[in-house]
Amino acid sequence: MTDPKPLSLRVPEPGCRPGGVPDFSDFVVPMAGETRRPEIDTAPEDMRDMAFSIVRVLNRHGEAMGPWAGRLTPDELREGLRHMITLRVFDERMTNAQRQGKTSFYMQHLGEEAVSCAFRMALEQGDMNFPTYRQAGLLIAGGYPLVDMMNQIYSNSADPLKGRQLPIMYSARDHGFFTISGNLGTQYIQAVGWAMASAIAGDTRIAAGWIGDGATAEGDFHSAMVFASTYNAPVILNIVNNQWAISTFQGMARGAAVTFAERGHGFGIPAIRVDGNDYLAVHAVASWAAERARSGHGPTLIEHVTYRAGGHSTSDDPAAYRSKNESAAWPLGDPIERLKAHLIAIGEWSDERHTQGTAEIADRVRSAQREAEAKGTLIDGSHPSPRSMFDDVYAEMPQHLVQQRQEGGY
Amino acid sequence: MARMTMIEAIRNAHDLAMGTDDRVVVFGEDVGYFGGVFRCTAGLQKKYGASRCFDAPINESGIVGAAIGMTAYGLKPVVEIQFADYVYPAYDQIVSEAARMRHRSAGQFTCPMVIRMPTGGGIFGGQTHSQSPEALFTHVAGLKVVVPSNPRDAKGLLLAAIEDPDPVIFLEPKRLYNGPFNGHHDQPVAPWKSHPLGEVDEDYYTVPLGKAEIRRAGSAVTVLAYGTMVYVAEAAAEEAQIDAEIIDLRTLLPLDIDTVAASVKKTGRCVIIHEATRTSGFGAELSAQVQESCFYHLEVPITRVTGWDTPYPHAQEWAYFPGPERLKRALLAVMEG
Repeated sequence: MTDPKPLSLRVPEPGCRPGGVPDFSDFVVPMAGETRRPEIDTAPEDMRDMAFSIVRVLNRHGEAMGPWAGRLTPDELREGLRHMITLRVFDERMTNAQRQGKTSFYMQHLGEEAVSCAFRMALEQGDMNFPTYRQAGLLIAGGYPLVDMMNQIYSNSADPLKGRQLPIMYSARDHGFFTISGNLGTQYIQAVGWAMASAIAGDTRIAAGWIGDGATAEGDFHSAMVFASTYNAPVILNIVNNQWAISTFQGMARGAAVTFAERGHGFGIPAIRVDGNDYLAVHAVASWAAERARSGHGPTLIEHVTYRAGGHSTSDDPAAYRSKNESAAWPLGDPIERLKAHLIAIGEWSDERHTQGTAEIADRVRSAQREAEAKGTLIDGSHPSPRSMFDDVYAEMPQHLVQQRQEGGY
Repeated sequence: MARMTMIEAIRNAHDLAMGTDDRVVVFGEDVGYFGGVFRCTAGLQKKYGASRCFDAPINESGIVGAAIGMTAYGLKPVVEIQFADYVYPAYDQIVSEAARMRHRSAGQFTCPMVIRMPTGGGIFGGQTHSQSPEALFTHVAGLKVVVPSNPRDAKGLLLAAIEDPDPVIFLEPKRLYNGPFNGHHDQPVAPWKSHPLGEVDEDYYTVPLGKAEIRRAGSAVTVLAYGTMVYVAEAAAEEAQIDAEIIDLRTLLPLDIDTVAASVKKTGRCVIIHEATRTSGFGAELSAQVQESCFYHLEVPITRVTGWDTPYPHAQEWAYFPGPERLKRALLAVMEG
């Protein structure tokens, strides 16, 4: 035996840091339409290839290609475009509101609008999402009022959560949107539990769990995969791989694995990778997984491949850890531009209609913002009473909380 | 009425809850087919089917996290953590999620669930089969924390916990599963069938959460105890021939401070006993609250008899366990003071 050499620790590094030239040449982008569409009852081991490819529908000319295409009407596609533009405009206005000091915090979805907006349209009334803080498209596409979202962000007197929660930690039970927690990954296993409950009750409703690439490293990701697999839970487990977890690139969580989707294989869960910037592809894959779950064939893992074009949050400056040009170099483009191009390519949209539609949406968002700000912002106007802070800790307020409320003078 | 051990009383409570309410589901490690390593769920899977009572993967965070998801759907899960010593992987789900669900969602989502776990020492369980982690839960707003000390209460408190609209941490002193134990480890232990509190009503009943019980009325000193320490307190008071008033707190959060304060105001003395380690243990909270509400009635400083601030040892079990000798010394000192 030879003398061993000193071992060394591998600390993964992204391909590009500030000042560098972004290079996605090793990122394999399959042709739109080339990835197969298995039957919904396909056994996980018979579709292992799906975890290493990327389901794509829209090609560079805006044409819908292959077996995942043709599932949405022009009206539905225009609606999807409206949802994505609404989310982007909403993000812009709330980011500005934070810059103006009207609220303490905001997180935008720039570049990821298709993921949550398209996914929501594949669910039915009564299904339940367990989202992270970056799926507000589920609310917008689900018809939740923009003004209620803003009231929450402003913690004003009309805030549905009574000023208790950090901005964007929405909760909308009636819209199938579970209360967001700041603790990462926790909701992933809860989604599985909800789905198990639906199965226990003999219901037909399904759940969807959401997690980012970085948070897949949390133990609750593993918990969710084990439970979903063991109990064949009717759940869709979404990983939104936007390449970045604050400042750490996705390789830090993925390790030596090639994709996040392949994590499903070790659990016997079918896994599909999808172009997260392709509205049609996200919708088609979500519909496939929803039908699979609803038919009793069990869970599906979906890795949405996308790019976090904006900062992590209003407290983050991505220029400190990644190239400013990286977003532009991202090979899957912009979800809004791609759907717009498709609608124009099929003769169902035009630049003029797009400009006009965007202006109408901007008006609607502005008007919601005026309405919300009339109720107050974090620094201005009326807020939920400190007295209400003591409510809802328990169903009935125990004696010690009554006393503390009195002690506080509320 | 029937004679039951605490195990049988807990099993009976599960049975009645599942029979009464379809929303009640029971799961945990070895809980289903096998009926639990302590037999607390024996026969339930056979009676109610595997979708109502089932085995879980060895994943405490998963067990509690899945149960939280079930509450969001509308079920009432009763889950088991095999030993309280193994609850820590689930701590994030309990503290960050279950406890805060109602508050953070302004009541849209609630968490009516029970997390049962065998707790406490006195069984040569060593470091990871003896801990008493109640203070890690009483510090968490939104939780309720219950520790029964006998079969009658175990059943009634568990049924009340299952009915309760809030998440309840239900700590079962495993030393008391088969019979009361007063810390005299060198003497034979009597089974529950020879104890009046082993006489349990077979019908559905509840013991209200948040209500302490005076287990021995007295006028000389108030002893605040729960779980196994209730019997240690009874033995110590009798052997020291001190007219102690022994209060079994039963629920630690919310605390029945009225019963506690009325007793201390009457006796002017207060000794707190628990198995858990001392520093920042629940005894500290008890001491503070008694001091705040009974300051002008106190004749002597409040005393705590607790486990030492060490991990729970194996060979040194009886030097660690706060038994009747230590409590007697404390009681005598308090009476002289």
